[in-house]
Amino acid sequence: MRRFLRSGHDPARERLKRDLFQFNKCQLVTLLDDNSLHLWSLKAKGGVSELQEDESFTLRGPPGAAPSATQITVVLPHSSSKTLYLGTESGSVFAVQVPGFRPLEDRTISSDAVLQRLPEEARQRRVFEMVEALQEHPRDPNQVLIGYSRGLIVIWDLRGSRVLCHFLCSQQLDSVCWQRDGRLIVSCHSDGSYCQWPVNPDTQQGEPLRSCVPYGPFPCKAITKIFWLTTKQGLPFTIFQGGMPRASYGDRHCISVVHDGQQTAFDFTSRVIDFTVLREADPAAAFDDPSALVVLAEEELVVLDLRTAGWPPVQPPYLASLHCSAITCSHHVSNIPLKLWERIIAAGSWQNTHFSAMEWPVDGGTSLAPTPPQRDLLLTGHEDGTVRFWDASGVCLRLLYKLSTVPVFLTDSDPGEHLHAQGEDEWPPLRKVGSFDPYSDDPRLGIQKIFLCKYSGYLAVAGTAGQVLVLELNDEEAEHAVEQAEADLLQDQEGYRWKGHERLCARPGPVRFEPGFQPFVLVQCQPPAVVTSLALHSEWRLVAFGTSHGFGLFDHQQRRQVFVKCTLHPSDQLALEGPLSRVKSLKKSLRQSFRRMRRSRVSKRRPAGSPGEVPGRSGRAERTGLQNMELAPVQRKIEARTAEDSFTGFVRTLYFADTYLRDSSRHCPSLWAGTNGGTVYAFALHVPPAERRTDEPVRAEQVKEIQLMHRAPVVGILVLDGHSVPLPEPLEVAHDLSKSPDMQGSHQLLVVSEEQFKVFTLPKVSARLKLKLTALEGSRVRRVSVAHFGSCRAEDYGEHHLAVLTNLGDIQVVSLPLLRPQVRYSCIRREDVSGIASCVFTKHGQGFYLISPSEFERFSLSTKWLVEPRCLVDSAETKHHNRPRNGSGPEKALGRARNSGSQSDGEEKRPDPVMAHALLSDERVLKEIQSTLEGDRGSYGDWRSQQVAMSQVSRPGAQAAR
Amino acid sequence: MNRSFHKSQTLRFYDCSAVEVKSKFGAEFRRFSLDRQKPGKFEDFYQLVVHTHHIANTEVTIGYADVHGDLLPINNDDNFCKAVSSANPLLRVFIQKREEAEHGGGLATGSLSRRKKALALREEGPRRRAHLHIGLPHDFRPVSSIIDVDILPETHRRVRLYRHGCQKPLGFYIRDGVSVRVAPQGLEKVPGIFISRMVPGGLAESTGLLAVDDEVLEVNGIEVAGKTLDQVTDMMIANSHNLIVTVKPANQRNNVLRGGRAASGSSGRSSDSAASSRHSLQAPAPPGLPAAAADDMESDEEPDVVLEGDLEPRAAPRLPPPGGGGGGGLTRLNGSGPASGLHGGGAQSRESSLHSLHRLISSLRSDPRHSLALPPGGVEEHGPAVTL
Repeated sequence: MRRFLRSGHDPARERLKRDLFQFNKCQLVTLLDDNSLHLWSLKAKGGVSELQEDESFTLRGPPGAAPSATQITVVLPHSSSKTLYLGTESGSVFAVQVPGFRPLEDRTISSDAVLQRLPEEARQRRVFEMVEALQEHPRDPNQVLIGYSRGLIVIWDLRGSRVLCHFLCSQQLDSVCWQRDGRLIVSCHSDGSYCQWPVNPDTQQGEPLRSCVPYGPFPCKAITKIFWLTTKQGLPFTIFQGGMPRASYGDRHCISVVHDGQQTAFDFTSRVIDFTVLREADPAAAFDDPSALVVLAEEELVVLDLRTAGWPPVQPPYLASLHCSAITCSHHVSNIPLKLWERIIAAGSWQNTHFSAMEWPVDGGTSLAPTPPQRDLLLTGHEDGTVRFWDASGVCLRLLYKLSTVPVFLTDSDPGEHLHAQGEDEWPPLRKVGSFDPYSDDPRLGIQKIFLCKYSGYLAVAGTAGQVLVLELNDEEAEHAVEQAEADLLQDQEGYRWKGHERLCARPGPVRFEPGFQPFVLVQCQPPAVVTSLALHSEWRLVAFGTSHGFGLFDHQQRRQVFVKCTLHPSDQLALEGPLSRVKSLKKSLRQSFRRMRRSRVSKRRPAGSPGEVPGRSGRAERTGLQNMELAPVQRKIEARTAEDSFTGFVRTLYFADTYLRDSSRHCPSLWAGTNGGTVYAFALHVPPAERRTDEPVRAEQVKEIQLMHRAPVVGILVLDGHSVPLPEPLEVAHDLSKSPDMQGSHQLLVVSEEQFKVFTLPKVSARLKLKLTALEGSRVRRVSVAHFGSCRAEDYGEHHLAVLTNLGDIQVVSLPLLRPQVRYSCIRREDVSGIASCVFTKHGQGFYLISPSEFERFSLSTKWLVEPRCLVDSAETKHHNRPRNGSGPEKALGRARNSGSQSDGEEKRPDPVMAHALLSDERVLKEIQSTLEGDRGSYGDWRSQQVAMSQVSRPGAQAAR
Repeated sequence: MNRSFHKSQTLRFYDCSAVEVKSKFGAEFRRFSLDRQKPGKFEDFYQLVVHTHHIANTEVTIGYADVHGDLLPINNDDNFCKAVSSANPLLRVFIQKREEAEHGGGLATGSLSRRKKALALREEGPRRRAHLHIGLPHDFRPVSSIIDVDILPETHRRVRLYRHGCQKPLGFYIRDGVSVRVAPQGLEKVPGIFISRMVPGGLAESTGLLAVDDEVLEVNGIEVAGKTLDQVTDMMIANSHNLIVTVKPANQRNNVLRGGRAASGSSGRSSDSAASSRHSLQAPAPPGLPAAAADDMESDEEPDVVLEGDLEPRAAPRLPPPGGGGGGGLTRLNGSGPASGLHGGGAQSRESSLHSLHRLISSLRSDPRHSLALPPGGVEEHGPAVTL
């Protein structure tokens, strides 16, 4: 019998209370917060397994019984696969037949029945209360152990309805566990102790064989779950959750492993929901011989190898924690050349040396998804200054490599940070595990923009404190100094004072960098405002960056600044003061809410008008006043944008193009920048030819400035060649991956603002076409990207169009070059601001967005490129032939996770729906569940029928609400 | 056909004592200057103009572009002084043969005769033909109008706000609310968008055509039903240069009544009937307004401004040859100040002004073409590109 643990998903969006159980027929039972039980099963449909809900059930007590009588605390799926035993708060254990959820009233084990069958001396105390533990005897399915919270444990004979044994603990009981042979039970208690009790029906024992408080002698927290596992070598493994000294370590989330004189308290950064141990599967085997410890924490799933000395973690092949540190931005690169791919993987393998060599012990089905046609990278920037490289080619995101920009800077917690070597005598022996680490040393390190050139291996990364790093992929470890430069974006402007954060302090002298992307240039914007746009041209060796104050161009070949341009409007004080002067707005909103409070109080206090008064004007005025007040809260000002608006200088987009900027006879490199105030600047660049590239300076001069009259923020700039095809990426033509652009016909400039799409001719900028999105629909463009839509019929046919995400969460396709809206789907909820902000499009009409801090959802607008999870789980019937099973044996083989009832104290409630979590030995099952859940979501809202498929990419940790 | 200009901000270097005058007759330009403090008499100015243009024996009217871009007449000492003193910094003078001017509707209306389009002023046509001048309405310009009275139900009002040429903010707020409608199955409450507040002194308030609690039904021809407050806000702001809102006024007493129907008390009409509202919304949608507006570049909005040339190192000022250089000549800039002004380099009709660029441009745009009787399309109306 296997058991799944998860928290989260249910079609009714109810909160899943605790856990799921699985019978050997690919079935699950879930217990939800509302005390309802749901039976699920995996069924193969069209060659793909799907998880379906078969039925649901709510336990009903006799009329008039207290609600607690039927409040389920523990569920025991009996090995016969026919019965569920439900422990309740009242102390009764109910039996329910499955499937069908038919209560078997004759088999109810009420606390009175137990009490009557107890010997005289055990009856004196009020020992019942709620059922805390319900465990089947490992060898004899007719014996069930029932543990009550007040400390009484009984072994109940299901056939004879009698008490075989009873044990009376002096402490509140939290959990119980059998030894494999059924001769010993281990109970754990709320005072941080655990006791061993020999099971011998003949001799009743009043005292435990052994009692121990592992982290005593000072008061300890409860041990909420314990495993007692035997090994061939003789010394058992004791694995338990909690029990830490209350005063100094009471807030830690620890699981301790004790074996052979070694003891380690694995310290998790998020709350532990449950854990289990993978052990010998053969029921006939004499020993447990545990192989791995699987821990489900709120934010991640961690597997520890128990067979290797030191108990190292196992690298998760999926379910990786995306949000180890909060995701601040993402960047997708399609079709990575094999060479670069291999080098990134090689760099990543250097970082994974601390992982165990053990294979991932969880097997979740057979993936039927075709091998991805190309290699795609998703880069996520994080708050702690790291960039993670994910393999986004297929269904699961896999972490390939992690880049940290922190070594370039001096941070507070620097010297001797890596002193892992805590003293050996440290007590308790804590060890941090897992990758989830939401605490950032310095928020300025946060990554805001990423730009990777897949052909050259150049990477540009920009952050919160105006830092721009240019990095190069190096397969060797290296020690070198990073060239530093400062870009003063306020050049001519006098008398402004930046009130935001300081710029980061770069580390002087050479720095040692591990193999991978190594920074060689650091440009720091002054004032150090967040970098809002970034572009890298690897062929011209130029990097452009923009902030709320202006933008600049840096030649990273010669390590020289080419120019800076201030875009700030002289009256824009706000932009100068710092990053979104939060203090001010907080003050303002506080003031407003106080005002509102005061107003409402005043209006309440006023008498409704005494009868003697003339119900005249004053009364009416009061009434209308009240009405207005009730209606007033949400109103929007209608005002045209003006040049004096705030943040008009905010640079939203930067774009390099080789096009006809000055005249129609010669094309030249150019840099385009678009601002929040609807201004587009165009600079002609003179990039010296390759042979003189290192000597001659790059020159730039401003050639054009376009002010869009509607003054909406410019979110995208694009140049179309003579055939109305977007210009290729730098080096794309050189690598023969793209047709060279048509330089004969006239080029066109596409400017996308939040409100309009507009095509202009080049070089004379006159408007040709436009599509007014906002004026027609009231939606604004949030994200726009060129997508290549390939035909799924004709191999070589494809068209370039714009994929557009609006502030309403709609995704639209707008044709190029005629700007006709083609299709529109609603994709993200309009209230999901962070989802909309996190959306990133791929070059082939797919996209990702965050549905929670830790989960990306993937969607596709393309008929050709569709990444869809398709998995098959061999059902039990088919497996029967492969694996001999007899009786109740094999089902028990694997981890038995105890229901962590005591933990469901509200923290676990999590409104967010999707969470697939499984602790099981069968990876296929896991994948399957995932896929079906995804299927559910996919079909939601008829996506399928519209040829838009959605799928989940990564759903790490059962990250519950914080 | 080039036009050029610089940002008005750059004009602060200008020497205030002399006013640069650019006078235009037909396709020809003349430049001269006047003393700002002592411009002299209108009569002298008239002679000067006639003389410089060599049109001594023609009856002409003289007009100038004021700061709002409106074409106002110069026909006496007072408005001449006003014209000179308000020149900022360039005084742009337009000369028309008198008979042409009158035929074309006169100076002031010339500035109004923007291209006819979608929801254009219906009364514009007739007025243009009117030769009758009553008083001196020359420097009036429209601020708002009620339009489409003939196709809308009486309970509704379609208001157009002209923001261009007006310094006032639009000045109103909208909110969510509940609207009661008559449906086949009785009254039903539906969500609606209402005007919640007027900014004192704003355009909306000053027109008197919109009021608090008026329900907003359409924005520039697009129904707002089913849209959120934020969407409607965005739509209004996106159309703010030429905002047309259809409202159901909260106060139904001032409705325009048509066709001899007696005012049967306001109550009967104040509740919107489903039938009438449906009718209204199907009213002939102004062509070119909504729908696939992708390809037609309506000229109802101000064109984008394009500045060209290397703006970083400022070009050394040099005087342009008076009278404009021939076709295609790249005239790089203006004589009066390091960064001021612009210069119509083109020998053709295109010229422009600077100062508040967009306003001016859009208002002037139609004018030269009109007065010069250029073939429509001969001058491309959205060629804002300027080569300096």
